[in-house]
This record gives sequence, structure tokens and C-alpha cells, in this order.
Amino acid sequence: MHRPAWAPGDVDMDTASPARMYDALLGGSHNFEVDRRAAAQAVAMVPDLPLVALSNRAFLRRAVRHLAAAGIRQFIDIGSGIPTVGSTHELAQAVAPDSRVVYVDIDPVAVSQSRAILGDDPHTTVIEGDLRAADRILADNRLRALIDLDQPVGVLLVAVLHLLTDADDPGGAVASLRDAIAPGSYLAISHLTSTLRPDDAAQLATHAAERSRVPIIFRSRPEITAFFTGLTVVEPGVVELPAWRPETPDDLHEEQGRSLGLAGVGRRD
Amino acid sequence: MTTRAPSEQLPDAVPGVARFARRWARALRRTSHVSMTAAEAEAYLLRHAGDLLDTVRATPFSPEPAKAIGTALVEVNFRSAAALRRTLAVLGSGFADDVASELAGELRPAALQARLAAVCGAVAEGFTLALQARTLAEQEQMQRAALTAVRTAEERRHMTEARFRAVFAEAAVGIGLVDPQGRVIDVNPTMARMLDLPITGMLGRTVAELVQPGGTPQTLAKFMELISGTRDHFRTETIRTLANGREVCLDLSMSMVRDQDGKPQFAIGVAVDITERRRLAERLWHEARHDALTGLPNRTLFFERLTELLVDGGPVGLCYLDLDGFKAVNDSLGHAVGDELLVAVARRLNETVAGAGRLVARLGGDEFVILTSQSGESAPPEPAEAVLSALARPFDIGGKQFTVSASIGVVDTRSGGTDPQQLMRAADITLYRAKAEGKGRWERHDPQRSARQVTLHILATDLPQALLRNEFYVQYQPLVSLGDGRMRGVEALVRWRHPELGLLLPDKFIPVAEETGMIAALGRWVLADSCKQARHWREAFPDQPIYVSVNIAVSQLHEPTLADDVFTVLKAEDLPPELLQLELTESAVLGDASGPLDALRVLADGGVQVAIDDFGTGYSNLAHLTRLPAHQLKLAGQFLHPLRAGASVDPAHYRIISAIISLAHELGLGVIAEGVEDPVQADRLRALDCDTGQGWLFGRPCPADEIARMLTAG
Ligand SMILES: C[S@@+](CC[C@H](N)C(=O)[O-])C[C@H]1O[C@@H](n2cnc3c(N)ncnc32)[C@H](O)[C@@H]1O
Repeated sequence: MHRPAWAPGDVDMDTASPARMYDALLGGSHNFEVDRRAAAQAVAMVPDLPLVALSNRAFLRRAVRHLAAAGIRQFIDIGSGIPTVGSTHELAQAVAPDSRVVYVDIDPVAVSQSRAILGDDPHTTVIEGDLRAADRILADNRLRALIDLDQPVGVLLVAVLHLLTDADDPGGAVASLRDAIAPGSYLAISHLTSTLRPDDAAQLATHAAERSRVPIIFRSRPEITAFFTGLTVVEPGVVELPAWRPETPDDLHEEQGRSLGLAGVGRRD
Repeated sequence: MTTRAPSEQLPDAVPGVARFARRWARALRRTSHVSMTAAEAEAYLLRHAGDLLDTVRATPFSPEPAKAIGTALVEVNFRSAAALRRTLAVLGSGFADDVASELAGELRPAALQARLAAVCGAVAEGFTLALQARTLAEQEQMQRAALTAVRTAEERRHMTEARFRAVFAEAAVGIGLVDPQGRVIDVNPTMARMLDLPITGMLGRTVAELVQPGGTPQTLAKFMELISGTRDHFRTETIRTLANGREVCLDLSMSMVRDQDGKPQFAIGVAVDITERRRLAERLWHEARHDALTGLPNRTLFFERLTELLVDGGPVGLCYLDLDGFKAVNDSLGHAVGDELLVAVARRLNETVAGAGRLVARLGGDEFVILTSQSGESAPPEPAEAVLSALARPFDIGGKQFTVSASIGVVDTRSGGTDPQQLMRAADITLYRAKAEGKGRWERHDPQRSARQVTLHILATDLPQALLRNEFYVQYQPLVSLGDGRMRGVEALVRWRHPELGLLLPDKFIPVAEETGMIAALGRWVLADSCKQARHWREAFPDQPIYVSVNIAVSQLHEPTLADDVFTVLKAEDLPPELLQLELTESAVLGDASGPLDALRVLADGGVQVAIDDFGTGYSNLAHLTRLPAHQLKLAGQFLHPLRAGASVDPAHYRIISAIISLAHELGLGVIAEGVEDPVQADRLRALDCDTGQGWLFGRPCPADEIARMLTAG
């Protein structure tokens, strides 16, 4: 018998957590020794890994700005991690100050940190929740207090789906989110991929399997594209992280053709 | 902290400063996680580049303001070592060139370099202080968050545990936890009560030790599989004998709980006391399968057993038994006595045939059956004889002595087949034969003899429903005047469309109907249906009055209500009595009883026509005709055969026919010739002054519509 998806997570600070490793890669201090060590090991294998993290954050920034420009005023950020610099609500509220953001993460420490960082901003809330039980997330009262699901919403699944194994049915989770959101809503996804750098991907996957309780699944382009089933993928489609609507050549972090991540945004019509 | 990027361009940027800001922004690219585009970063740095220039050229010079630049970098998260290093590098090597024209000889190169070195130090200091503060703050926030998370998780676990404790302690079901070695970790009070063991006496002991020696071995076996990891779950019913000797039945389900790696952690067992439920189910089962009066197995159980035995394939025997004249006992002495007699018979049957492989059941009423099964080759010993002699001894009911006899049909799988329904039917037919052959006896099933009897039997059994299911219908055969060839009436002839046997004519089923008493109902139905038809014709063809001639069986004449029934129908259909004719055979009214004749007189007086049917066959007595209130005489077809075309007419026979016709006329009777099949025959009958003809020449029995068509055609 395994822990059911909806049961509260345990607090485990003895193994590296994806949220904190990611923070370490970004140069933050919201992490522990184990996280830093695991991150350092990964960087030793793939030296440009910090750039992948930067590249992913830059996608998040561009995607949120794009959706905000398209008029989206409410966001659900699932697998939000530790909202330090350039977090979703800052980006959205820079465009429209009354934008509402619900952060959802499975990691109780990340959730607790997020709450500390956000203080009591009435436009944001943080929920401990599991993407594998997406219906429960959407049913949560705290989410419903901020988000009107009859209105368009921006759902962010940025660098989280690759933490779900096929047995976790990520496609099913995405589908239930897609079905729950109103027409005019958007779904943004970024995902680690094995397509361009299979060797590095394999190394990192093995490292994750050994180091952390959470495996990383590097998926192929068709698998990632399949997450957008039932949505209209906006230009330029499902592309390498830096190629998704970059502002200027100076904004590219990773080299073209060598990205470890793919990203895309779909609209529900 | 605010990281909102200042996106506005400074209005009047000094060209050298702008140059430097661009160089600086380039240098900082990819060094840190900031939430700004390259352009936004450059704009942000431009402001600080202006401050730098001001600091460098200020008089008196102080590097202190440059600390703010280090702070500003950390503020927007240009916080990596690389960010500081590159900032210092561009300050040291590019700044002087970029702003050379702005300074335009304000400072000598050596002085500028000295000032820049001091500025670099200040930037580094500001940066370091800010980074340190920020790192410490983040770490502290981090620790606090972790602590909060742990505390929240603990509170939640506490709550969960408290809830679980409450459920555990208060549950009406028994709950037990067992470690992977099979030792009891904990049990709740309900479980302890169910097992009749103290909680403390169970903790730490293995389940195997707690199992009763005489307990259910399969349960323990399943438990061992659970512990050894070969199964994850089982559910079973298990019985336990308590200290006071009471047996409890438990519905037990157990599951192994595993950790994330699949390692067994503990097994959880849930038990529900189903003793009462089971007892109730057993009682219901028993009640549903036993006869409340005699306590014998009932029809349901009998058929279940029979079916089981037949499926097993061994030889099976049936004695199907019916008490002779039981109805009379019930009717004369009352049901209470009848019931007592049944109970006594049941007891005696049980005593007589008791033994392994035999089942006595009551099928209902006074019908019993003995089911015998014997494995092996030897034929089962026949209990029928023993039963008959056992029942022959008188019964003592309420101080009175009774003797009863029974008839028994005996059948076994060798002669009767292995289908339960078929076997029962064979037994039924054989019982019927035993009754027919004198009662108080048993008969063995004889497939050949049964086959003949089968149809009769089928008809007898099916008749009652046939009427309800509308399997009967009436056809009409024209009665035509030999004088003008016009239709005068029709004879109603009943048919039975039997679902299996097909179309049946009255000679097949009327005798059966008479025997079973169904004739009364059937006769009433035919009468009503025919009169309804007659009414139709009368309304549709007012100028051609057509009478309908309905056959009346002997036993119908004995029905005391016959006359009333007829008049009721006539009234209901508003039919003049002259349009109804009743046909009966001469012998029907020639018995000793006066009832039939009286009824006939009443009918005739009421205007109903009476015809004597089938005259000329068997015993026919012209003298009798004078005593009968009859209107017509029907000469049997057989009797008129000699008048057909091609036949040479025996003059004597011809004279007899002629004499009968003229005598009938003399008595005031009309004459109808049956079975007229060709024109020659018709001519001869006409020559003999016969009034009416019936037969294929004039029309076969046909549906009522057909008669209407003939009337339309004239
Ligand atoms: C790599 S971080 C991504 C953070 C942020 N979305 C970004 O892209 O900058 C992934 C986050 O997903 C969270 N996560 C992993 N599995 C999750 C699940 N099943 N449901 C919700 N969050 C999950 C982790 O705790 C972690 O904080």
C-alpha cells in the first residue's frame, strides 16, 4: 500500500528536495546542505545546468507576462516551488495590480516558505496540494476564494510535469485541469526533455533516481506535445525553452539547439 | 524585497555613462537569476552608472556612496560571485575609457585609477554586506519555514492519530494490528471482546498462538501467506468457540500495509461479528426450504436436491405420492383434521423411508415425494411398497381412527431421463395411471404406456389455462336449405389452438374437459361467443335471420344452471331465442335423472330450439323422440354415406332413411342431413324431402367473417 496521492506529505529534510535543489541552482539560500550537495553533483555532470534553470525562469517570466498582456488576471501556479525572485504574482501584478495567484506545491517546506515570503498579500494564497490529485486542488476552498473558474485563468505547470512518472498519469492530471478551466484560459508547460541531449538527460535522470525521492522523467517532444491535447497551442508552438517568444538575443541563456527543456502555451477555446 | 524592474529609460543619459551601462549589463548576463530582460537590466544599471560617475568626480572624493551600488546589485539578485567579480572587472578596465570624454581632464589618470580602486572596494563591501544580510535572512526564513512545516505536519499527524485512536477504541468492528512477524501490535476492545481474550493477553503474542486448535485451518493458512508476503489481502469467515462454549462467527478481512518501497510494515485486520446475521440467514434459508405444517423439505429444497443429484449423474429414483380421497377428509371433517392427518402421514413417511440417500418432501396439498439416490450399480430398493403398507395402518387423529390409502407413481433416471422437469412429469403421469387403475397402489413408469397417456394428461393439465390464454376459438359451418339453397343457420364448432400440439378438434378435448369438469366453463364460453356472433349477423343482415347451433355435452345438461346460463346470454346479446339452437345427442337425455329433460323443457318453452344430434348411429330410438322437446333431427353423416354419388343404394337402407324423414316430419321435426359432400347426394336427400343440408358441399367450418361474406354474397 502506497501513500495515496491526497494524503499530506511528510516533512523530509534529510534528502534533497526538487524545490530546494532548484533554488540552489538559481543561487538562492532557501536550501539545505543536502540540496546544495545534490545540486553541485548535478552541475558537475552537466555544467550548464544553472543556465537551464535560468532559462526556465525566463520562460516563466515571458509566459506570465504574455498571459497578463492577453488579459489573464488569475493564475494557478502548480509546482510553484519557492517564489523568490521574479515570482508569478510579482510578474502578473506588475501588469495588473489586482491579479490573483494561487501557488500550489506538494513540498510542505516549500509551502511554508512561500507563506512566509508572501506574507498576507490578499491577492495570493499558497496551498499544499498534489498535481496528481488535480481535482482536489481545484476544489480547494482557498483556491475558490481567489479564483473564479468560470473566468479565464492561467494555469502554470512549469518544470513540474517531469517530476511525475507515467504511472502517476500526468496526462490525466493535465486533462482534468484543461476540462475544468473556462474557455479563454491558458495552460503553460515547461518540461525537461531527452530530445536534444540524450546523454546528459540520462545522467541527470540516474542522478535524480539515486539522490532524491523524486525521479525526473525526461520526455520526448511528442510526449510533451501530447499534454496540449484539446488546446490550441499558441505561437511558436512547443519549442526549446529559449525559443519561446524571446525578447532579444541578449535574453537567451541556453544555446539554441541544446536546450534541456521544451515549453509551450496552449489556449482553451 | 522588491525586484520589480525599473523599466523607464533615464531621460538625459550621458553618452559615456550609457556606454558603460551597456558594457556592465553584458558582463552581468547569465551570472544570476534576476527577473529582468537584458534591456531592463541595462536600464537599472544605467541609473547606478550615473551615480558611479558622480561619486568618482565628487570633491571632496569619498568612495562611501559606491557601497549603495553593491547593495543595489544584491537587491535585484545579481548576487553571484561572478556578478561581483565582473562588476569589479568592468569598473577597473572599461569605466575610465567609457567616461573619458565626460571627465575631460577633470582628473589625472593616476588619480582616476586610485579613486576607482577605492570605489571598487566600496562596491564590494556594499555587495558583501547586502549578500550576507540577505543570505542570513533567507537561511533564517528557511529554518523557520522548515520548523513550521514540521510543526504543522506533527499537528496534523497528532490529529490524525487522535482521530484514529477514537475510531480504534470506539469502533463496533474489531480491529487488530500485527507486525510482519505475525505478532500482535495492538487490538481494540471490540476485537478483544469478540475473541473473548484480554487485550494484554494478546499484545506481543503471535497470531498462531491465539488461534484455537480446532479453529479454521484455512484462515491461518491465508494469514501465513499474508505475513510471508505472497498475498496482500484476504477475507474469510471464521468460527471461534468462546470460553462459555458459545460459537461466534466472524467476517475477517486482513490487509498488509507496505511502505513506499513495498516492504511490509504491518497487517491490519478488521473483524465483524456475523453470528446473528448468519443464524438469521440460516433460519431464512431453512424456512424458505421447508414446509411449515409438516416440517418436511418443500418443493424448493426438493428441486434443488433433485437437480444436484442429477448433475452428479448417479441413479435417482422418485416416488410421487398422492393420498386417495384426501379432499373428502378435508371437506367432511374440516381443515384442522386434514392438517393433522397430513402431519401424521408426513411423520410416518419419514419413519418408513428414513435413511441416508433419501429425502421425503411435501410438494403441496396431499402430494409428497420420496427422492432416493444410490451410488453404484445396484438399483435403489423400492420404498413404494413399504410406504403403502405403512400408510395402511390406521391413523389416530383426535381419538378417531382413520385409514388412508395413497397412489404412487414410481420413476427413476433410467426410464425417465435426467431432466428434472421431465422426470417429474413422468412421475406425475405414472401417478395418474396408478389412480386410474384403482388407487391404493403403486405403478412403475412405463415409457410406452405413458406416451399414449401423455397427450390426455397434457390436455387435462393445460385446459384450465387454455381458456384464460384465449387458446380456444369457434368456427361456423353453414346449415343450408335444400329447397332454396339459402343459408338458414350455422353450427358452432369449437377448436383449440394448443401451443405445442397444434390445432385440436373437439373430439380430442371435450371428453377430457368433461372428465376434469372444465366442460362447464368451456361450454359457457362457446355459448357466449356464438351468441355474440349471431347478434352481429342479425344486426348486419336483418333480412336473413341466421340461427346458431351450439353443441351441449352430456355433463353440461346436468349443470343445474344450464337454463339460466342460456337465458342470461340471450338477454345479454339481445338475441331472440329462436336464433339459438342447442344440439345434444339422444343418449344425453336418456339417463335416469329427470334434471336434463326438465332443463330442456324450460329452454324449449323459452323459445330455444333443440336439435337431436348424430341420429342414426349406434342406438337410435324413434319412439324416444316423442318424449323430447326437440325441433330438429340431425341425421349422422355416416348414416347418409350410401346416398353419395357412385354408391349403389341399398333399397332397404334408402327406405329406412325415407321412413325416418317422414316420421320426423310427422312429429313436427325438421330434418338436417350431415356430411353432405356431393350434388348427387343432395339431390337424393331433396327427393326424400329432407329440409336442410350440412357438409363440405355447402361449406366447411370457417371463421365468422367468412359466414358474413357468404351472407353478403347472398
Ligand atoms: C523544479 S520546481 C519548479 C518551480 C517553478 N514552477 C519554476 O519553474 O520555477 C518543481 C516543484 O514542483 C513541486 N512538485 C513536485 N511534484 C509535485 C506534485 N505532484 N504536485 C505539486 N507539486 C509538485 C516540487 O515540490 C517543486 O517545488
